[in-house]
Amino acid sequence: MFADYTTSELMSIFAMQGFSGLILFSVFVLMALGLAIIFGQMGVINMAHGEFMILGAYVTYLTSNVFSEYMPALFGGYFFVAMILAFIAAGALGMLVEWAMIRHLYHRPLDTLLATWGLSLILQQLYRTIFGAREVGVTLPDWLMGSVQITDIIEVPINGIFVMTLAVGISVLIAALMYRSRWGIQVRSVVQNRPMAGAVGINTARVDRLTFGLGCGIAGVAGSAFTMIGSTGPTSGQLYIVDTFLVVVFGGAASLLGTIASAFTISQAQSTMEFFLSGSMAKVLTLLFVVFILMLRPQGLFSLKVRR
Amino acid sequence: MSYANLRTLLPKNDILNFAVLALILVVVLPLSMDLFRLNLIGKYLTYSFVALGLVLCWGYGGILSLGQGVFFGLGGYAMAMFLKIEASSPENTAIQSTPGIPDFMDWNQLTELPWFWQPFHSLTFTVIAIIVIPSIFAYIIGVAMFKRRVGGVYFAIITQAVAAILTILIIGQQGYTGGVNGITDLRTLFGWDIRTNEAKYIFYFLCVFMLFLCLGVAQYVRKSKLGRLLVAMREMEDRVRFSGYDVANFKIFVFCLGSAFAAIGGAMFTLQVGFMSPTFVGIVPSIEMVIFCAVGGRLSIFGAVYGALLVNWAKSTFSESFPELWLFAMGALFIGVVMAFPDGLAGLYSKYGEPHVTRLLDRFTSSKSKTSGDSDLPPEMEAEGGNS
Repeated sequence: MFADYTTSELMSIFAMQGFSGLILFSVFVLMALGLAIIFGQMGVINMAHGEFMILGAYVTYLTSNVFSEYMPALFGGYFFVAMILAFIAAGALGMLVEWAMIRHLYHRPLDTLLATWGLSLILQQLYRTIFGAREVGVTLPDWLMGSVQITDIIEVPINGIFVMTLAVGISVLIAALMYRSRWGIQVRSVVQNRPMAGAVGINTARVDRLTFGLGCGIAGVAGSAFTMIGSTGPTSGQLYIVDTFLVVVFGGAASLLGTIASAFTISQAQSTMEFFLSGSMAKVLTLLFVVFILMLRPQGLFSLKVRR
Repeated sequence: MSYANLRTLLPKNDILNFAVLALILVVVLPLSMDLFRLNLIGKYLTYSFVALGLVLCWGYGGILSLGQGVFFGLGGYAMAMFLKIEASSPENTAIQSTPGIPDFMDWNQLTELPWFWQPFHSLTFTVIAIIVIPSIFAYIIGVAMFKRRVGGVYFAIITQAVAAILTILIIGQQGYTGGVNGITDLRTLFGWDIRTNEAKYIFYFLCVFMLFLCLGVAQYVRKSKLGRLLVAMREMEDRVRFSGYDVANFKIFVFCLGSAFAAIGGAMFTLQVGFMSPTFVGIVPSIEMVIFCAVGGRLSIFGAVYGALLVNWAKSTFSESFPELWLFAMGALFIGVVMAFPDGLAGLYSKYGEPHVTRLLDRFTSSKSKTSGDSDLPPEMEAEGGNS
């Protein structure tokens, strides 16, 4: 399949596809980070994660509407306000859900899966009732439009670069929070040994709630970023949930670095193959590849070596 | 098989359950409903095959598969492929550019039947394939997962991914599979029209018959030593392993059995509904199948049947009159069943209904059975007595 192209064309194709893969990678990373925290650290399968993301996307949509309606002068900066609002909205909903539902189910992980699936159905219908079944999109501010020409074949969209920067920034922030802050130490100690963490005075219930809220909040930010490269509908989140779970499992559930590495592998594999095969076959091959690797290495690419 | 042994496999309560279910499915429903509704019930019953498999896998074995739609689909597609080949005889498809191949292949510029369609000319092969192909597929997944001690949540996610892969593949390979529309326009079985009223009655009763066959197998598995081991594995896998059992083999077996049930359900679905499409294969239908099982009660094989009937009936009724509310109701059902009634309808029945029924049964049969084998020993002790 490579025979029809010259070497320089191939290089450009790989560069272009590699770059569009990087945008996919950013969305995967943002979604998967939240999931990695919730699933990897707490062992809860949150099937409603996609819906938390879409909540963030709708908040962004509303914010952009408010800005263009009342303060058109500041429209260029709406995205940063929207991101913070999305984080707060999704995080607050996440904490509410944790309090009402998840905390009763910690010892039954498979049941959290079913309960959160039910939650995702309710949220989807709620979005459909409030925002309508049609997909909505936001208008990008001017400074995010257009693309940068690197060579005469390779050009790079600016919104892609922005989303990528965002993904990298948030990953660094999360890593700092998990591995450098007092709260991160508390989270990790609760994960490793809940009774002991409680015995040394950590309020484990509160840590759980904040962790879940943080995971959902990051999903909200992912939703904000998602509006820049796609349109938002009530069921958009569901399309990503399986991919995201595979990213998390493939990377090794408890490892943030693994999550990032696996998001990179999966998105690049898919995006490169998409050019040579049809989109659906590329997806099938990527998923098969991931499932096959998981059969060989069930603990994922990067796994914590912890004695239990 | 001695009397005591039989009594262990089929306790009095279960005889009653079988009888009540048979009465409802064979007598009450066919007499009280018109053919359209009965056909719908038949369609719901095909889901109860899947739910039955899930009771064994999930309720007893603790293996939650979120990809049962895959096996339902494989069974259904196998049946549909046979019927489609018959429906696209050269006479029926004379207007196509290549007569004698299914219409969707012609639309996608295929000029001959692909190799994997060829064996489906034979009904014998098809019937065997309906059970064997999904079982082999389940066996491959099972060996790859359980031999490496992957279980629980990871297994659920991977089976879900398998469901996603198969759906994308079916939709993407339109020329070979009929794409998103599925395989439609099925007409005859050996020249016998499957769309007549008479055929619908026959398929309904065939479906009920197959369901009871599967229920019988499930009851045997449940009450035999295998069923006990499954429960033991679910509760404490390591202890079973240290007792010298190969845990993986039991899990693989029950997963294959569950998938074979699902495949039979899929084939029955194709026969009764007259088409098969990827909408019954993917992630969403697979999770819905789990909820049928959860509502009925994950530990009750009869609950699975009632759960599938009830949820689907509610789904049709609700989505006919309040389409807006259905997803809310469904979501609330998921959450409610998991949080408030983990044992589903069967749990409610065994808590509130069954003691009364048992007392009545005992009063009814006490006069003759006092002397035979009905001792005060719990069933486990009776089983050992029967074996020795």
